[in-house]
Amino acid sequence: MSDNIILPSRLYDNSIVDYETMLNLYQDMLLGRNFEDMCAQMYYRGKMFGFVHLYNGQEAVSTGVIKALDNTDYVCSTYRDHVHALSKGVPASLVMAELFGKETGCSHGRGGSMHIFSAPHNFLGGFAFIGEGIPVATGAAFQSVYRSQVLNESKAIRVTACFFGDGTSNNGQFFECLNMAVLWKLPIIFIVENNQWAIGMAHNRSSSSPEIHKKAASFGLPGIEVDGMDVLAVRKVACQAIHRARQGEGPTLIEALTYRFRGHSLADPDELRSRQEKEAWLARDPITSFKNYLLSNSITNQSIIAEINAKVKKEVDNAIEFALSSPEPEVKDLKRYLFAEDL
Amino acid sequence: MNQVFMFDALREATDEEMEKDSSVFILGEDVGHYGGSYKVTKDLHSKYGDLRVLDTPIAENSFMGMAIGSAITGLRPIVEGMNMSFLLLAFNQISNNAGMLRYTSGGNFKIPIVIRGPGGVGKQLGAEHSQRLEAYFQAIPGLKIVACSTPYNAKGLLKSAIRDDNPVIFFEHVLLYNLKENLPDYEYFLPLDKVELVRKGKDVTIVTYSRMRHHVIQAVDKLVKEGYDPEVLDLISLKPIDIMSIGNSLSKTHKLIIVEECMKTGGIAAEIIAQINDNWFDQLDAPIIRLSSQDIPTPYNGTLEKATVIHPEQIMKAVKSLVNI
Repeated sequence: MSDNIILPSRLYDNSIVDYETMLNLYQDMLLGRNFEDMCAQMYYRGKMFGFVHLYNGQEAVSTGVIKALDNTDYVCSTYRDHVHALSKGVPASLVMAELFGKETGCSHGRGGSMHIFSAPHNFLGGFAFIGEGIPVATGAAFQSVYRSQVLNESKAIRVTACFFGDGTSNNGQFFECLNMAVLWKLPIIFIVENNQWAIGMAHNRSSSSPEIHKKAASFGLPGIEVDGMDVLAVRKVACQAIHRARQGEGPTLIEALTYRFRGHSLADPDELRSRQEKEAWLARDPITSFKNYLLSNSITNQSIIAEINAKVKKEVDNAIEFALSSPEPEVKDLKRYLFAEDL
Repeated sequence: MNQVFMFDALREATDEEMEKDSSVFILGEDVGHYGGSYKVTKDLHSKYGDLRVLDTPIAENSFMGMAIGSAITGLRPIVEGMNMSFLLLAFNQISNNAGMLRYTSGGNFKIPIVIRGPGGVGKQLGAEHSQRLEAYFQAIPGLKIVACSTPYNAKGLLKSAIRDDNPVIFFEHVLLYNLKENLPDYEYFLPLDKVELVRKGKDVTIVTYSRMRHHVIQAVDKLVKEGYDPEVLDLISLKPIDIMSIGNSLSKTHKLIIVEECMKTGGIAAEIIAQINDNWFDQLDAPIIRLSSQDIPTPYNGTLEKATVIHPEQIMKAVKSLVNI
């Protein structure tokens, strides 16, 4: 990584975000952060296992995009999916129970950290392989168009938000789906969370053309670059993309420049990233910045912030209690859910 | 009753199901304007339009995943592999998202997808267009696999596959599309998980599927004239194997020959033999004979290609080695 770290400028735009929403955005980011920190604790205490990929640092992207969606819209994620699920409304208790492998988990303990699914929340997964969720998201978007044009359903077009990382932007499925999404004007938003690293592979070392949003032009869709540490900036571009999609104007590619404060997964020693680089990004913590923004502009006060902090802490504590006290799946149910007939 | 080609039987099945249920749609390369490489979707585009008979770009893994995404959100896609061999490119999506997604999500979603197209060894099409993928797919949990072999079973099976709420891989064969058969005028469905009894007999059980069924019939026609009485079962269901029906037949004949077109190693026969060993071993009077294709890529040269697959002479020889009359 070069010594010149060029950071995008901040742009706050509070002209269309009301007070209630501001607080919800703050609370959602805080929930994501606290939840992930608790996951790390629980992992080291032997309550969750395997590959766990935490989202710390990227909260502005999840909150900024997903809180601009309706409940009936779809979100499709990757293995770094806990916080996307929380932003989409999947209860923290169900996600935590899933991570503990319990029967009460949203995937009944069959999926684990990389496979959070929730049909009631239109959360389409949770995928372990890089890129394999992008076609699935494209299919959900195709279904929206089909319902409107073939089944003549008159309800509003349901939009799909598809998240993936910088490493994935070199994968064939990414390009194949950009093509199809533009071809059929699908109501899908492709969000690249460019956190500069794919495990130990720096983005510049794997990508001949590192500015991912510019690749959109080759396919004929808008490619927007946004400061991924600024929740209002992310929300602004997300709203524009959602509007485009609902109007039938097709897909948008959003490249959110962000950073993960922890390693790729809890198994990653994270030795390749320089201390200087980490400190530069930690200084731009999206939650701290947003809190400072709210306070310094007198949008809210310390006691409201403290209330929200307490509320979120309680929610996470309740999730732990629920997960701890939930039963494990029974071995007699080993083959359950294999086929549609196995209910 | 009227004489119907195999490709028309498949088209009729598709058309009937699309008419009845508007959430059923087809996607694949050249299914629309071109009418399908083997004419299975001929004229369906003009009837149903762009979105229901969707011409895709050449991107098997992605349009397979797209079909799966549409299936988990409520539609019922039929994906045509122009040649089933091309679906090797879609293995990721077929294994992970068609086979495993329902289980991994703890039942959150179902995947009512049909993946169909021609496979098998054709006439000098070269190795890459002559593949048999059934052995590769058979181990994937969560899939159903069927192989049609006649216009009659093709129509009944495809209708059932489209109505099934699970992912079904539906193998057709490049050389069987021009088979003709009388089909009933009434609507009929065939079960996806049962063998078809082709010929009742008592000397030996011959289990087969797809194109090899016809080689078996050719052999059996000659054998019958010589006084043999084989029982012939068409597997139809490659996953799950209808081992009960095979076992019951074996209880009568005590001798088993399996004739398949996939490669010998790890093939469908290998699986059947293992399952017979599990629960029906005592019924065997002799080791099971499996007649499979050679473990080689299919050569272009016609004589070599012929030597790659099983022919009626070999089937007759196997029967005579097991049955004394």
